[in-house]
Amino acid sequence: MTMNNQGRPTDVGTPDASPVTGTFSGNRGLQMEEALIFEQDSPGQCGVDLPGAPTTELRLGAVRPRGRVGLPGLSEPSVVRHYTRLSQKNYSIDTGLYPLGSCTMKHNPRLNEKMARLPGFADVHPLQPESTVQGALAVLDTLSHWLITLTGMPALALSPGAGAHGEMCGMMAIKAALEARGEDRRKRVLVPDSAHGTNPATAAALGFVVDPVPAMEDGRVDARALMDKLAPANGVEVAGIMLTNPNTCGLFERDIVAISEAVHAAGAYFYCDGANFNAIVGRVRPADLGVDAMHINLHKTFSTPHGGGGPGSGPVVLSAALAPFAPVPFVVRDGQGFRLVEDGGAAQGGARPFGRMKAFHGQMGMFVRALAYILSHGADGLWQASGDAVLNANYVMAKLKDVMSPSFEGPCMHECLFDDRFLKGTGVSTLDIAKALIDEGYHPMTVYFPLVVHGAMLIEPTETESKRDLDRFIATLGALAEKAKQGDAGFFQAAPRHTPRRRLDETTAARKPELRWKPE
Amino acid sequence: MRYLPLTDADRKAMLAAVGVSSVDELFRDVPASARLPGPIAGLDAHQGELEVERALSAMAARSVPAGSVPSFLGAGAYRHHVPATVDYLIQRGEFLTAYTPYQPEISQGTLQVLFEFQTQVAMLTGMEVANASMYDGATACAEAVMMANRLTRRSRAVVSGGVHPHYRDTTATLARMTGFDLAGLPADPAGAEDLAAQVDESTSCVVVQNPSVFGHVQDYSALARACQAKGALLVVVVTEAMSLGLLTPPGEMGADIVAAEGQSLGNALNFGGPYLGLFATRDKYVRQMPGRLCGQTVDAEGRRGFVLTLSTREQHIRREKATSNICTNSGLCALAFSIHLSLLGEGGFTALARLNHAKAVQLAGKLGAVKGAEVLNGAFFNEFTVRLSKPAAGVVDTLAQRGVLAGVPASRLFPGAGLDDLLLVAATETNTEADMDALAKALGEVL
Repeated sequence: MTMNNQGRPTDVGTPDASPVTGTFSGNRGLQMEEALIFEQDSPGQCGVDLPGAPTTELRLGAVRPRGRVGLPGLSEPSVVRHYTRLSQKNYSIDTGLYPLGSCTMKHNPRLNEKMARLPGFADVHPLQPESTVQGALAVLDTLSHWLITLTGMPALALSPGAGAHGEMCGMMAIKAALEARGEDRRKRVLVPDSAHGTNPATAAALGFVVDPVPAMEDGRVDARALMDKLAPANGVEVAGIMLTNPNTCGLFERDIVAISEAVHAAGAYFYCDGANFNAIVGRVRPADLGVDAMHINLHKTFSTPHGGGGPGSGPVVLSAALAPFAPVPFVVRDGQGFRLVEDGGAAQGGARPFGRMKAFHGQMGMFVRALAYILSHGADGLWQASGDAVLNANYVMAKLKDVMSPSFEGPCMHECLFDDRFLKGTGVSTLDIAKALIDEGYHPMTVYFPLVVHGAMLIEPTETESKRDLDRFIATLGALAEKAKQGDAGFFQAAPRHTPRRRLDETTAARKPELRWKPE
Repeated sequence: MRYLPLTDADRKAMLAAVGVSSVDELFRDVPASARLPGPIAGLDAHQGELEVERALSAMAARSVPAGSVPSFLGAGAYRHHVPATVDYLIQRGEFLTAYTPYQPEISQGTLQVLFEFQTQVAMLTGMEVANASMYDGATACAEAVMMANRLTRRSRAVVSGGVHPHYRDTTATLARMTGFDLAGLPADPAGAEDLAAQVDESTSCVVVQNPSVFGHVQDYSALARACQAKGALLVVVVTEAMSLGLLTPPGEMGADIVAAEGQSLGNALNFGGPYLGLFATRDKYVRQMPGRLCGQTVDAEGRRGFVLTLSTREQHIRREKATSNICTNSGLCALAFSIHLSLLGEGGFTALARLNHAKAVQLAGKLGAVKGAEVLNGAFFNEFTVRLSKPAAGVVDTLAQRGVLAGVPASRLFPGAGLDDLLLVAATETNTEADMDALAKALGEVL
């Protein structure tokens, strides 16, 4: 049978088996080949029965009605099958352990989904009169209360749409505060080499000059180098520091309090990247570390689903120094009810909002989910959750430290970092280990990040893994490490073998971008 | 605690394996002054599903769902009927609980969805290429202006007075913070501004919205030519994606970048979020485009597959030299959009758009007959502006007490702009004729 490059038989019922799968259909048991939706057009077919339209004239003025859009027609069963088959080509938390470091792939409770769909939250228009949205505003207020209490910070900006958007919000607040002080000459932002890429990208986008701070041998930021940059001669140019804590090596920055004091003494602000808040939530309050602004990824620490890449939600807590500059909108209590302040000009009591970051009031659907998670845990459950997250990571590190090469001395926080020293001379790379793990039924850890160690493998198991599942993962990864050390690089380089697709040609994809389907 | 699988026996065994006596010892790098002695006092303790459900349901009951009364709000968020299939499919765990598709061999589901989504968005907008989505329409608009600034190496953007104020303000925040000029024109309820006159050699782009926030639909082909003549780009904002099923698409009018809100397809009102930013442009500009992109390639066995691509534009590779700091997209909302559009197909989508328009034309007829109400628009899609004989905010509050959500007072979006008597009214397929009569009757009684 002839095959095209789409992996499908070119015609139905040809008796030759696929050279790739050995089956006539191109399927492999439950692994179904699935054509693009555009290749399944059944012209005239529709998966929705619409009500009849009233008879009216068109009132489009000079605008012509459009011609054909080009969409395919399919019945409802065909659509259900298409997306069901596609879903089965994905790994997910529901499928198994998902140890992506810095991503906090924890269990996503379905109660959260159910609550977010209550009509009093989901079926509410953002511009309804305030008297009709008090329940929605109560969610914003209650979530704010928890996040403020858990962080010890006095104020919260709810609207940022994701972590990177939260970084933007925090750094904009810093910029606004500097301008209010008449110190907009401060242009330098200190960013450790181990930072997430979003940190330097955010600072640069806002016109700051990124000033990298090296890491020390022990995986922590070089506090001495940092202090030099903050010393009186240089410190007057510094706007702030963007520091992740616990850091991306999975370590707590021991000198954090001294660092924040030096930052403040220099007249600068401390932005904390809160991506790793799950390690300390309920046990350590960022306010006690001297933080001025920190985003909280609700889709990490507070279990809202990652959804294959969003939507996220990145509320930002602010110190007293930055609180007046929080963006609109925000909620205020007004007598018996809640009120939204949407217009910066109408803000009262010293508020000087730096502006607006997106339409409407933030990721309401994510707020409900996060609140359901928080209420389910309570203060005691969050204490236990961060403790278990840290214990699980340390357990993985302890069990694998002899067979792999841990980058730093423990204890680690909620994730543990290995590098590729144990693979030296084997011909096997970090990527090969990741791909071999895929064949074993696991999503790989984060690879090649952070950049401060060679061939990084960053493992974050989260607190929602059982000891049994951790033991199985440890045994598997340990066995792969041993196998790699014994040679047979070819075995690893050919992985994965058992997936819907083998390794994909990313070079060609970037060189000759094909970013959409086109009719032939 | 039902979400935590470790037992006390597990914890004990694991602590022994680690070589410490307590979890607290693992936190020894935290300065003692910052280590709390126990769970934070004053916050509630854990609760079962029953109690959490009860607490949140009580909160939800304090809102009036738009679907429980006749409702005519639009202005950037629209209540449409979402087929049950959409919400069922997006809750499949393999979609819901997957991360960004960094490991393509085990993410082909999400990747193929993104490839199909990008194609659908390009088709709807009449553009050549679209990305894998942005946070929402307003942030897409701001990113479009930044992209136009990069492409033209100019730094003055002109924003029409018909652009949704939240979109304008979101862009203005970035303008102020990153240092470019934003020339925002005054609110344009009549749809009569002369934008071509605003374009000069320093203009990076002109941003228009179609239909405008006041509901006007226009052909921007002449403006596109005027922009081109001066080396500026035309950015077209669309806040009601449903309109793309009936109106000449922005691409055919000569748009260089389209920034749109996709909530109308597949996504609930959700009190304003999460929503779905759509972003489309021309092939030649793709390397300056922000956001994730999915591309087609082949695997080691020559079979078609999909990967995230052109990531050299992005922050995790380029760090401070990235085109944008954006990291996530709005994946699950994009999936919902895509499924809804797949169910509708060519016939369903265009018929649904016509149905929306017909409903709005019907409503405009009824409201135009109310004493003290005047419809301002000659041409519109599913939303229009009504001038009332009384301040609209008060009328809306009064009607809300009578169980009718009448629309959005223009003064809420344009405070202090002297538009107090204007009401923005939208109709969709969800509005029955009885709903429309209820609105007309209630309006007649209060005006």
